[in-house]
Amino acid sequence: MTATVQALGLTKVYSGQTVVDGIELAVFPGECFGLLGPNGAGKTTTLRMLLGQTPPDAGSLTVLNHRIPEDARDMRARVGLVPQQDNLDPDFTVLENLRVYASYFGLSGPALQRRIDELLGFVQLEAKAQAGISTLSGGMKRRLTLARALINQPDLLILDEPTTGLDPQARQIIWQRLRSLLAQGRTLILTTHYMEEAERLCDRVAIMDHGRILACGSPHALIKQYIEPHVLEVYGPEVETWQEDVARQHARRTERVGETVFCYAEDEGALLDDLRRRPQLRFMHRPGNLEDVFLILTGRELRE
Amino acid sequence: MNHTLPTISLRWIPVWRRNFLVWRKLIGPALLGNFGEPLLYLLALGYGLGSFVGEVGGLSYSVFLAAGIVCGSAMNTATFEGLYSAYTRMAHQQTWGGMLATPLSVDDIVLGEMIWAGTKSLLSAAPILLVAALLGLVHGWAALWVLPVVLLAGVCFGALALVVTALAKSYDFFLYYFTLIVTPMFLFSGVFFPLDGMPMAVQWGAQVLPLTHAIAIVRPLMTGQPLPHLLPHLLVLLGYGAVAFYLAIGLLRRRLLA
Ligand SMILES: Nc1ncnc2c1ncn2[C@@H]1O[C@H](COP(=O)(O)OP(=O)(O)OP(=O)(O)O)[C@@H](O)[C@H]1O
Ligand SMILES: [Mg+2]
Repeated sequence: MTATVQALGLTKVYSGQTVVDGIELAVFPGECFGLLGPNGAGKTTTLRMLLGQTPPDAGSLTVLNHRIPEDARDMRARVGLVPQQDNLDPDFTVLENLRVYASYFGLSGPALQRRIDELLGFVQLEAKAQAGISTLSGGMKRRLTLARALINQPDLLILDEPTTGLDPQARQIIWQRLRSLLAQGRTLILTTHYMEEAERLCDRVAIMDHGRILACGSPHALIKQYIEPHVLEVYGPEVETWQEDVARQHARRTERVGETVFCYAEDEGALLDDLRRRPQLRFMHRPGNLEDVFLILTGRELRE
Repeated sequence: MNHTLPTISLRWIPVWRRNFLVWRKLIGPALLGNFGEPLLYLLALGYGLGSFVGEVGGLSYSVFLAAGIVCGSAMNTATFEGLYSAYTRMAHQQTWGGMLATPLSVDDIVLGEMIWAGTKSLLSAAPILLVAALLGLVHGWAALWVLPVVLLAGVCFGALALVVTALAKSYDFFLYYFTLIVTPMFLFSGVFFPLDGMPMAVQWGAQVLPLTHAIAIVRPLMTGQPLPHLLPHLLVLLGYGAVAFYLAIGLLRRRLLA
C-alpha cells in the first residue's frame, strides 16, 4: 500500500533552532493519524511542510504521490485544511465564505451549490447560511471551517487542533463528523492537546517533543508498552510519607505531581488493601491511558 | 529570497474577484466617496484657486487640474489598497493564509492584488473623468483612452505599495512611504502646477516619478493637446510595475512561506 504521506528525515530550522528534527512519518490511506506534543513541539510546522507552505531544510516528503514542495499546488487541490487559527473571511456570510473559498479551487456552478447545501447540512449550519461570521459562536466557526475544508472533496484532511477552545457539546459534534469522514474513506491527520480525543479518534498517534518523534503507534499499543495496567491517583494529608513507606513497595513506579501521587502497578491488590485502611487518603483507581504515556514521554514541566 | 521567475496564470482572477465582492457590498459609500471628493477638489481648487491663477500653459486652471486630479486619485487609491487593505488581508484577517491552503500561490495572490489595486484606481478615476466632462473640462472622446492608462498606472502603484506591505511589521511603517515618497510625488509630478517653472533639478527629479509619466499621458488625452512621447511614458510605467511585481513576489514568498 502506498502511503498518503511519507516523510523521511524531515527537518525545519528557524534562525539556528531546529524545530522539526529529522522526523520519519508514514500515514496510510483511510487512517486517522494524530500528532501529539506540548506547545512548541513542532506540530504546526510539520503540517505546514506537508502542505507545501514552507520548504523543509532537509529530508524528503511525498503527499498523495506528489513531491513536496515542488508539486504542492496539485497536491493542495486534493487536500483540505482546518488551520489552528480560524481565518474565515469576516466580510462575507457563511454561504459566501464557502462560495468564495470554492472559487480558489476553481469550483463553481450548480454542482458546487449542491455540494454547499450538503456541507451546510453536514456541519448543521443550514439555518446560518446567511449569517455574518461575527455572529457565529466558536463552535459554529470551527464547523464552518471544517465545511470549508471539505469543499473540494479532499482525499486527505489536515486538522490543526480542531477542537481547542470548544465546549464539550461542540467537541462531540466535531468528533462525530470526523468519524463519519473516516467512514467515507478519507484520510485524516490531526493535532490535539486532548489525549482523550486522540485515544478515541486516532488509529495511530505520534508523540512529538522538541521536533522529534518520541513514540508512534496505536494508542492501545503505546499504553501497553509504556504504562502498567493499573494506575492509582492518591491525594490527602501526608500523602508524601505514604508514597515513601507504602507505595514504593507495591507499585513499579510512583510519581508526585503537586498534591497527587501517581502509582503505576502491575497488580493493584496490595495498594488497594492498604488504602482502604487509611480513610484520610482519597484515591482513584483507573486503567492506564494515553495521557500517562504522553506525560511519561514529554515530562511534567510546564512549557512556555 | 526565492528567485524563481513569477508564474503567471489566470489564477489571479479568484483573488481579484474576492476583493471585488467585498467592495460591491460597500458600493454605496464607496461611490459617494469616488464622486464626491474629486467634485469638491475640482470646484474648490479649480474654480476657487483658478480665479487667481488664470491660465496655465494655455489652459484654464480647472482644465489643467482635472487631469492632475484623475492621476493623483488613481495613485492614492491604488496605494491605499496595496498598503492598508492588503496588509489587513495579509496580517490581520489571514485571507492570504487561507488562499495558500488551496491551489493558489503567492504569485497568484500578488498578481490578483495588483490588478485589483488597478481596478480600484479605475473605479475612482472614471467618476472624476465623468464629473470633469459634465463640467465641460474635457476636450473630446479621446479622453476615454485615459481609462486604460489609469488602470496601468494603478497596477503599477499597487505593485509598489505591495513591496512596502511585504516589508511592513505594522501599519505605522506606511507613514514612511507616504511621507518620503507618495506625498512628494503627489506635489511634484505636475498634479497642481506645471513643472516648467521649477528649477532644472526639480524638473529632472520629477522624471524619476511614475506619476509624472501618468500625467504626461493623461493630460493631453483630456485636453486635446498633442501627445508626442506616448511610448517612453508608457514604458516607464510598465518598467516600474514589472520591477515592483518581481520584488513584491520575492519578498512575499520569503515572508509568507517562511
Ligand atoms: N515562522 C516562524 N519563525 C520562527 N520560528 C517559528 C516559526 N514558526 C514556528 N516557529 C517556532 O517553531 C517552534 C515550533 O512551533 P510550532 O508552531 O510548530 O509548534 P506546535 O507544536 O504547533 O505548538 P502549539 O501546540 O503551541 O500550536 C516554536 O518554538 C515556534 O516558536
Ligand atoms: Mg500548533
